[in-house]
Amino acid sequence: MKVLYFGSLRDMVGVSEEDIDLPEGLSDLHSLIVWMRSRNDDFAAAFESLVFLRAAIDQEHAPFEASIIGAREIAFFPPVTGG
Amino acid sequence: MIRVQTDNFDISSEIATLTAGRKDIGALVTFTGLVRDLNDGDRVSTLELEHYPGMTEKELTRIEAEAHARWALRASLIIHRVGRLEPGDNIVLVITASAHREDAFKAAEFLMDYLKTRAPFWKRESDGATEKWVDARDSDDLAAKRWDD
Repeated sequence: MKVLYFGSLRDMVGVSEEDIDLPEGLSDLHSLIVWMRSRNDDFAAAFESLVFLRAAIDQEHAPFEASIIGAREIAFFPPVTGG
Repeated sequence: MIRVQTDNFDISSEIATLTAGRKDIGALVTFTGLVRDLNDGDRVSTLELEHYPGMTEKELTRIEAEAHARWALRASLIIHRVGRLEPGDNIVLVITASAHREDAFKAAEFLMDYLKTRAPFWKRESDGATEKWVDARDSDDLAAKRWDD
């Protein structure tokens, strides 16, 4: 699965894009976030708080309870600041 | 119509293109957002706009379609710039056109409120020495929520 990171979150994890073979049993964004925290200290810090975390599944905003089964592309980022 | 680009835009020529040959437009509203040299008390010398290519275009298209579903728009245009900008530069242009002014006014406000809270852009500002990511504003969330009913 392709995973993308943007904005300050990307700076924290130190990578903008990666292909990940997800471990068995991850079914929704929330379980993916919990797994992200276990990867290393940078990911643990970046994914620690849900307050400033947003996500998209296949380029559409998604709540943390959304299913990731069958998703091709998942993105994590802080609240947007365009306009 | 939506566009994401690094280049500046010319409001007059965008209006001319949007309204060419049209006789059914009685009201046209434009909103332009520009880079300020002061943000939350900090001096801004450059602003870097990052986005999520692919999702940005889809999200702007969704937001525009939502505006057309809510108001009787005859035409619309959203242009958002990305890349390195300086104070005084244009960032965003919204044009809405309708038969009567109320639809164009309301839709333009709606488009900006939704764009600010949903379109995947992130600003990083520099004062010439240090860079920092711009925080999202609660006031933008509140402005977008008023369209929820």
